[in-house]
Parts: sequence; C-alpha cells; structure tokens
Amino acid sequence: MNKRLPLGLGLILLVFPCVLLVAFTHYPAARALMNSFWNNASSRRPSKFVGVENYQTLLEDDRLMQVMLNSTLYALGTIPLAIGLAIGMALLVNAKLPGTSLMRLSFFMPTMLPMIAVANIWLFFYAPGIGLASQILGLFGLPPINFLGSTETSLLSMMFVAVWKEAGLFMIFYLAALQAVPTTLKDAARLEGAGPVRVFFDVVMPLLRPTTIFVAVNALINAFRLVDHVIVMTRGGPNNSSALLLYYIYEVTFSQRDFAYGATLTVLMVCLLGILAAVQYWVLNRKAHYQ
Amino acid sequence: MTITTNFAASCCTAALFSLSATALSAADLEFYFPVGVNAPAVETIQALTDEWAAQNPQHSVKAVYAGNYEETTTKALTAANAGQPPQVAVLLSIDLFTLVEEDVIVAISDIANTPEDQAWIDGFYDGFMKDAEFEGKTYAIPFQRSTPVYYYNKDAFRAAGLDPEAPPTTWDEMIDMGKKLTLKDDNGNVTQWGTRIPTLGLGGAWLFGGLVVSKGDVLTTETGIEARIDTPATQASLEFLLDLSKEGVMAPGGISWGDTPKAFLEGQTASMWTSTGNLAFVEENATFDWGVGFLPGGDGPGAPIGGGNFYIFKDTTGEEREAALDFIKFMTSPENAAKWSIATGYVAPRADAWETPEMKAYAERLPQALVALDQLQYAEREFATFQRAKVTQYLVEAIESVVTGNAEPADALKAAQEGADDVLKDYR
Repeated sequence: MNKRLPLGLGLILLVFPCVLLVAFTHYPAARALMNSFWNNASSRRPSKFVGVENYQTLLEDDRLMQVMLNSTLYALGTIPLAIGLAIGMALLVNAKLPGTSLMRLSFFMPTMLPMIAVANIWLFFYAPGIGLASQILGLFGLPPINFLGSTETSLLSMMFVAVWKEAGLFMIFYLAALQAVPTTLKDAARLEGAGPVRVFFDVVMPLLRPTTIFVAVNALINAFRLVDHVIVMTRGGPNNSSALLLYYIYEVTFSQRDFAYGATLTVLMVCLLGILAAVQYWVLNRKAHYQ
Repeated sequence: MTITTNFAASCCTAALFSLSATALSAADLEFYFPVGVNAPAVETIQALTDEWAAQNPQHSVKAVYAGNYEETTTKALTAANAGQPPQVAVLLSIDLFTLVEEDVIVAISDIANTPEDQAWIDGFYDGFMKDAEFEGKTYAIPFQRSTPVYYYNKDAFRAAGLDPEAPPTTWDEMIDMGKKLTLKDDNGNVTQWGTRIPTLGLGGAWLFGGLVVSKGDVLTTETGIEARIDTPATQASLEFLLDLSKEGVMAPGGISWGDTPKAFLEGQTASMWTSTGNLAFVEENATFDWGVGFLPGGDGPGAPIGGGNFYIFKDTTGEEREAALDFIKFMTSPENAAKWSIATGYVAPRADAWETPEMKAYAERLPQALVALDQLQYAEREFATFQRAKVTQYLVEAIESVVTGNAEPADALKAAQEGADDVLKDYR
C-alpha cells in the first residue's frame, strides 16, 4: 500500500490544474488590473500609460452611479424575496401532499429554461398593448403599462423575472437541506409542546443557515453579474434605468470597445464582490449552527 | 525519441496535406453576416452562398450567421484582433470609422482597381455610397441597405374617414390624422394609437436622424469627428416626438423597436415607422389592407439611410481578397440583389437590379417596395463618427430621457452634445 505515484505523474497532476487556474483566473485578473492603468489604443491613438486617470473617470461617471444604484436596488429587492419564496416552496413540496412531484417540477421549471429564452418569453409578456400582462390589466379595465419602456417600471419588471427564475433554483437547495434535518430534533421539540411555527423558526431555520449563507452569496453575485436578461429585454434602458454593473462593463468593453475603462470597471466589480462575499461569510458564519 | 520523430513526421504530413489542399482550393472564405429584421434571411444567404461555391469549385466559403448587427461586429472585431478575421463580412455601414480605426479592413477600391471594377462600383446608388467612402477610398460595398418608411393600415384610414391613398406627409398632418385614427374603449383606454415611432435604443436614434433630416440638418458629417446633437433641428424633432404623445396620438413613454411591427399587425397602432427590411414580414402577416408612404417630414421629406455593407478584412492573402471580391460581385449582381431584396424588403442597391424581370414583377405585385427607392433622394447618412457606439449612446440617452419624461429637450441635448464633443476631441 505504500506504492507512491511516480514523481513525473505527480508533477503533471499538479501542473495541469495550476495552468488552468493561472490561465483562466489569475492572468485575466492581473491583466485587467494592468490594462486599467493604460489608455485605449487604436491605430489613430497610440497606447500610453495614464496612471490612475481611468479611476478618476470612474469617480466622475454619472452612468456608473446610476448603474451602482440600480444594482443595489436590484440586489435588495430580489434576494430576500427569492429566498423567502424558495423556503416557502421547499416547505410546500417537502410536505406529504398529493401531487408533490408535479409541484416540484413546476417550481423548478423556470430555472431549467435557458436565460435568453426566459427573457424572450417575458419580453412578450411585457409588450405594452399586445403582451399577456396588458391583456390581464385590460380584463380589469386598466390601461396597459409600458413595463420595459418607462424609467419607473423597467428595473422592477426585470426584478420580477429574476425572482421568478431564481426562487426555483434556491428551492432545490432548501429542499435538500430540509430533508437533512433530523426528525428526532423536530419530534423532541414537539414533545416539549412546540407548535409547527415554533418548530420551524427555532429548530428548522437555524439548521438551514449554512444553506442560507450559500444561497445568499450566490444570489448576491448573480445580482451584480446579471447580463443576459438586460441585453435581451431592455439593453439597460430607457435612459440607463435598468442597467446593471456587469451589463455596463459589457457595454463599455465590447460595444464601445473601450477596453481600458472596461478593465477599470472590472477591477471595481471584482473588489466589490470580494468584499461583499467576505462580509457575508463573516456575519452569517458566526451565527451558523452546524451539527 | 521515437515519439518526437513520429510527431515531427506527422507534422510534416499535415503540412503537406494543407499545402495540397491550398493548391486545390485557392481560397477558403469565411463570411460573417447578421440578420436585423424579421425575414427568412438566413436561408436566402445560405442559398446564394452555396450557389457561388458551386460556380467556383476551386474556392470554399462558409457562411456564419453571427447574430444581430452589433453581435456580428463584435464577433468580427474580436476575431480580427485574434488574427483570425473572416475574409468577408456584412457589417453596419456606420461601423466604417470603427473598422478603419481598428485597422482591420482593406479599402475595396485598392483591390478592385481595373476600369471594369470602377464601373461596377459606380453602378451603386450614390446615396448608399455616401457612408462607404472615407478619405477618398471606397471601403465597403452596399448590400442590405434600408431606409425607414411610413407603414399604414388602409382599413383603419377608411374607418376613420381618411383617404387611404393619401398618407400624411407633414408632422402637422401626422398629428391631425393621428387624432382621428386613435380609438378608445368604454373605459377610456386606447385600443388603437394613431402612430408608433420607436424611440428607444439605437433604432430610436436611427429614426430620430430622419426627423432631423426633414428639418434640413444632419446629425453627423462625413468627417467622422462631428456630432450635431444640439441644434435647432434636433430641438424641433424632439419636441415633435413629445407633441405626438401630448396630443394623444402616440403612446407616452419609450417605444421599443422590436414590438413595433407586432403592434402594427395586431392593430394596436394605425401606422408605424420602421425599416423597409420589414416589408416581407408585414406582407406575410398583415390581415388588412396596408400601404407605405414617405416618412412625414418637418419641412419636407427626409429619412436616414441604414443597413449593412460588405467589408473585406486585412489579415488575408491576395487569393483570399480576390475570391472575396468575386464573392461580393456575385452577391450584388443584378439577379442576386433582386433575389435578396424580394426575400427581405431591403432596397436593392443598384439600378440594374431594378431592371431584372423578377424585380419588375415584384414591384408590380408589391408597389410598396418602390417607396423607399423614391425616398432615397431625400435621405441622408446615418449617425456615424469615430467611437460611434460611445457617441451614439449620448444621443440615445438624450432621446430616452426626454420621451420618458425625465428631462427637458434643451437640457438633454446640451448634455449629450457635451458628452459627444468630449469623446471626439481626441480626433480633432
């Protein structure tokens, strides 16, 4: 049993993942950082070192302020709602009710659909006058709402789609966690005279906390990096009212081809996500109960 | 050691193989094309490409559908920056300055330099060549060119007591007729709007260019370094868009490009402004009698020209460029330009295409197709500058912030002008 791997094979096994990690994670990050100190070169404008000029632009960028505000509202609006809904749905499909498999399938359905397809379906629902939403409003004699075409409703409409789509995915995690909760604990609580509500909040919820941490971190990252829906449904408009951070980076980098500023925004986003994830782990981990 | 030798040997074989392959087929072309309208464009392009390949067995060509215009441009530029450009691509005419700045295309007039070639280039309509030329050279060849036109529902005109053969020609008429065409239900909700001019995004900015032309000005000049966003003409144009909703003729708020043909076909609007590229789609799906007119204008007719041109990329061999040129000539030949125009509604870019029997029969059957051609003499180039995407974004924001009620026209246009000037100052 003390046969060891040949040194060569060991090295290969070590080097291969390292190469992947460097090529696809560290090199792009370092490169983005470097690019953010240079201007955007082209055949008509030579490349030059500009120092922190791009970061000064960042501070004066009104669009960025709007985008950050949108992203924050989007995160605050969608994450708690999606998590709450996911727990509710998980409880529902975990209960011994008839038709559970069908319910599970239908709750999970939005998650299985490709993002672009989802966005296109909702684009049609939201179309003022002809879409499903307008038809329903019409049944009640209400005027159609220009969901994606007005600054007041465009972000809200995107958030609605996000909750609808994400809750199903989170439900799967909560369902798995619920099934891992030992029945002995619940039985013990019931013997002590706790009602179903008390059992849920005092016994089940604390045990779900590791799942909540995981889901919340993922949801937060998703909120800042959503791009597909924005491209299909609004292109960030009208007047930047529905632009989120990653969409803005995409727009600046690939549509406006300003690679230097795109790199600067990327550095900002990486820092921001790093900090947010660290804070979340720190705050929630202290309260997490493990068995 | 044996491994190395074997490897070297197989490398040699592979090299020999590719050498003989090169000798057999003079050029392997990759051709990127976008689809920006509701039309069976992909099949038509594929069929035309196959036909060229069959006629030129020494070459090969792979047609790559690369998404909408923007996606195709991004894809082509990324491939070119990586050293693997498509040999030939159809990209937006207004991306000329970007492609020149990135130094990824060759001037077609440098390859097509015989007198016959010159005659061929001269055969395209002048209006379409305006944004294919830069610094005295022809960089692009017009292919899927379009202008917006005014589509209207003749049945709705009749129901409103209007003459179905006399669509509005001025902004005032648009408002007057629009009031008669707007219908409400018992609850006071509008069931049919008078008109629909998309105002959101790049489509909105394109149509806005038409409003400005009809007031006797242009948004950009051929230099690529001037954006005229804050002028009396843009001011009047933006006020007009606002008036349409203030007078209850057009739905308030932003109007999207994509929903517009659907809304027209569903009877939600009695008229719309959209590209001729939607002619085939409307013809196929309209369940009512419809007509097409010039875009109603402020001081006279006016429209923007839009659409895509053929470009040949730089990182290519002489054989590939020759083959690419031959391919473009084939695609724009009178018969094929006619085929493409009939399948989609794009304006065939050469006069001789309109002389083909197929095209004559088509114009007979669908006289609406001729309107864009007649309108061409009043049309101007589309918004195009260096850093086009960045500069246009300022215009888009100005229009969007005004139509959604978040800014006054004068302030929004002034801010957009400042933003655009700031970007373009590096090029002056």
